[in-house]
Amino acid sequence: MTDVIDIQDTYAESFARLSARRGRSGPAWVQALREAGLEHFRRVGFPTLRDEDWRFTNVKPIAQTPFVLPEPPAGKLGADALQPLLIAGLQPAARLVFVDGCYSTELSDTSALPVGVSVQSVAQALDADPATIQSHMGLAAEAESDPFIALNAAFLEDGAFVRFADNTTLKRPIVLLSVATRRAQAAMTHPRNLIVVGRSCEATVIEHYASAGGEVYLTNAVTELVVGDNSTVHHYVLELESEQAFNLQTLKIRQGRDTTVNSHTALLGGAIVRNNVHPIMDGENGHCLLNGLYVPRGRQHMDSFMFVEHARPHCDSRQFYKGILADRAGAVFSGRIKVHPGAQKTDAKQTNQNLLLSGEATVDTKPQLEIYADDVKCTHGATVGELDEQAMYYLQARGISADAARAMLTYAFAAESLERMNVPAIGELVGRELLSRLPRGRLLAHLLESV
Amino acid sequence: MSLIEIKNLHVNIEGKQILKGLNLAINPGEVHSIMGPNGSGKSTLAQVIAGNTAFEVTEGDVLLEGESLLGLSADERAVKGVFMAFQYPVEIPGVSNMIFLKAAVNAVRAARGLEELDAMDFLALVKQKITLVEMDEGLLKRSVNEGFSGGEKKRNEVFQLALLEPRFAVLDETDSGLDIDALRIVAAGVNAMRAKDRGFLVITHYQRLLNYIVPDFVHVLVDGRIVESGDKSLALHLEDKGYADWLQTEPQPASAR
Repeated sequence: MTDVIDIQDTYAESFARLSARRGRSGPAWVQALREAGLEHFRRVGFPTLRDEDWRFTNVKPIAQTPFVLPEPPAGKLGADALQPLLIAGLQPAARLVFVDGCYSTELSDTSALPVGVSVQSVAQALDADPATIQSHMGLAAEAESDPFIALNAAFLEDGAFVRFADNTTLKRPIVLLSVATRRAQAAMTHPRNLIVVGRSCEATVIEHYASAGGEVYLTNAVTELVVGDNSTVHHYVLELESEQAFNLQTLKIRQGRDTTVNSHTALLGGAIVRNNVHPIMDGENGHCLLNGLYVPRGRQHMDSFMFVEHARPHCDSRQFYKGILADRAGAVFSGRIKVHPGAQKTDAKQTNQNLLLSGEATVDTKPQLEIYADDVKCTHGATVGELDEQAMYYLQARGISADAARAMLTYAFAAESLERMNVPAIGELVGRELLSRLPRGRLLAHLLESV
Repeated sequence: MSLIEIKNLHVNIEGKQILKGLNLAINPGEVHSIMGPNGSGKSTLAQVIAGNTAFEVTEGDVLLEGESLLGLSADERAVKGVFMAFQYPVEIPGVSNMIFLKAAVNAVRAARGLEELDAMDFLALVKQKITLVEMDEGLLKRSVNEGFSGGEKKRNEVFQLALLEPRFAVLDETDSGLDIDALRIVAAGVNAMRAKDRGFLVITHYQRLLNYIVPDFVHVLVDGRIVESGDKSLALHLEDKGYADWLQTEPQPASAR
């Protein structure tokens, strides 16, 4: 217990230092949000295995690491170091780059945005458009709902602010890239993103977490996505942190009526990863897809915590999460669906499929349905299995080696998730990352390119 | 030397003995057929030749050109030139037929010391061989066997046979359940692959297939042993009389017809 209190003091110290640095500048409501966040975190502390929502994920390694806030000017990254982190084949409409949590003007590019779309850092926006931020920030993600959201609020400083005016369609994606560099002390960043999409829009936003030399660090991101009536939003999380890093990200979505939100998540890096996706379908005829793929290996632990709220009638939601686990990796999938009173004609479906490549890998999968309406359709299903022996034998009987056959079948297991991603460059990148982890995966990568 | 030689083969599955001392030699250029009642061990023989590890060989040997196959994995046998057309081809969702075929062709080529085919040459090879089995090219883009009709699956097997050009091929009930048109196509594909240096073992339940793939020898397999061998007229005799001559019990309806 004393450990934890000490650590919490460390966070309080960081908070005090940050406040002093910032001085009296910035709107009072932001300061209030921060103080409330810190206050809540101080009260509840880090979650433990006794918390129902954290039963299978032990965050002690996070709680016991004294992370420091990078001081500005934090994180230098040359354009040449950025190059390998860019997604091959992707032509974004805009890119915001954050290095160790600090916005980099030099590496970002928002020059080609069409009228109606604005992309800037939260810090910039707090000066330029505080009213819009104030009217949305903190509403979808309440500090009380999760200690890490509280911590994020306490250190709310920067992140991306993306805004689509009504009737704006942008096919090309907006990329938010967070890069961790090598630092003397384990750093923590608390990115806070706000995406506000007006009526009748179409938008694609990619959150990309990567490391350029960073090893042990904490990324604790919160994104609030507000989707206006009749709009479609494609949201991606591409998590490619270092395998010693800790990554927690929360996506809170508030959907208006006649909206479609497709959330795609690929978890590849990180020692401990927690992926919270929480859509609230707060208008009729909403559609929500949560498509995820997690691929832990070694001793990586990846926890996907879904909470789908059907608050209005005639909405449908689809959760398709797949995991491929190697070595002694662990994964958790929690799929909570809540159908509010009156949310009739809800159609909610959830599947979680896991492929174990090793006898020592473990998965905990848990559906949780709370239904307060009587005319609804909710289904869920989970599977945990190994590669199909019959298929292995068939491939081998045609001369394909056991390793190559395994790579083929593993890739095939993931293919469905990858194909759902409507930005092909992302599916391809995740596919390549997956193959690079498999023996003889390179052979298959070569085949996939050549056919 | 025989192309394939099976000597005193004893095979168990889950502790139950299925093959009880089977002997068979096939020379290059020959087509042999094995017929037998249900449960006599026909498919077990095919699986053991292909390298299915679920079966345990307790005695005897299987030699390809004098070299034992028994210590080799299924893929090692395949690249040496052993091919089995599956009775029940496996559906593999998510693996494209084209990628699968290319991986297989290149694995076999690599073992023969040949360069791997580039995309153009591979496509040319596919287009040439696919005409043998009159298979729809659309099936190449689909997942391996997924959603294929029974006839399409069997044609896909013979198509693979044509692509891989094995030394020795076992057809495990490739004709079962096919309508006459599909049967003719499959048989024509196999006949086109008959060659001086290639041997076939055709396992079937029905004499009808042997009107289209005419064997040099026919063997009767009963209770894990070959009990009679002869030429193609033996198949006609079986069609008429069933296996009653060799069975101590009453013939089973399926094999009597």
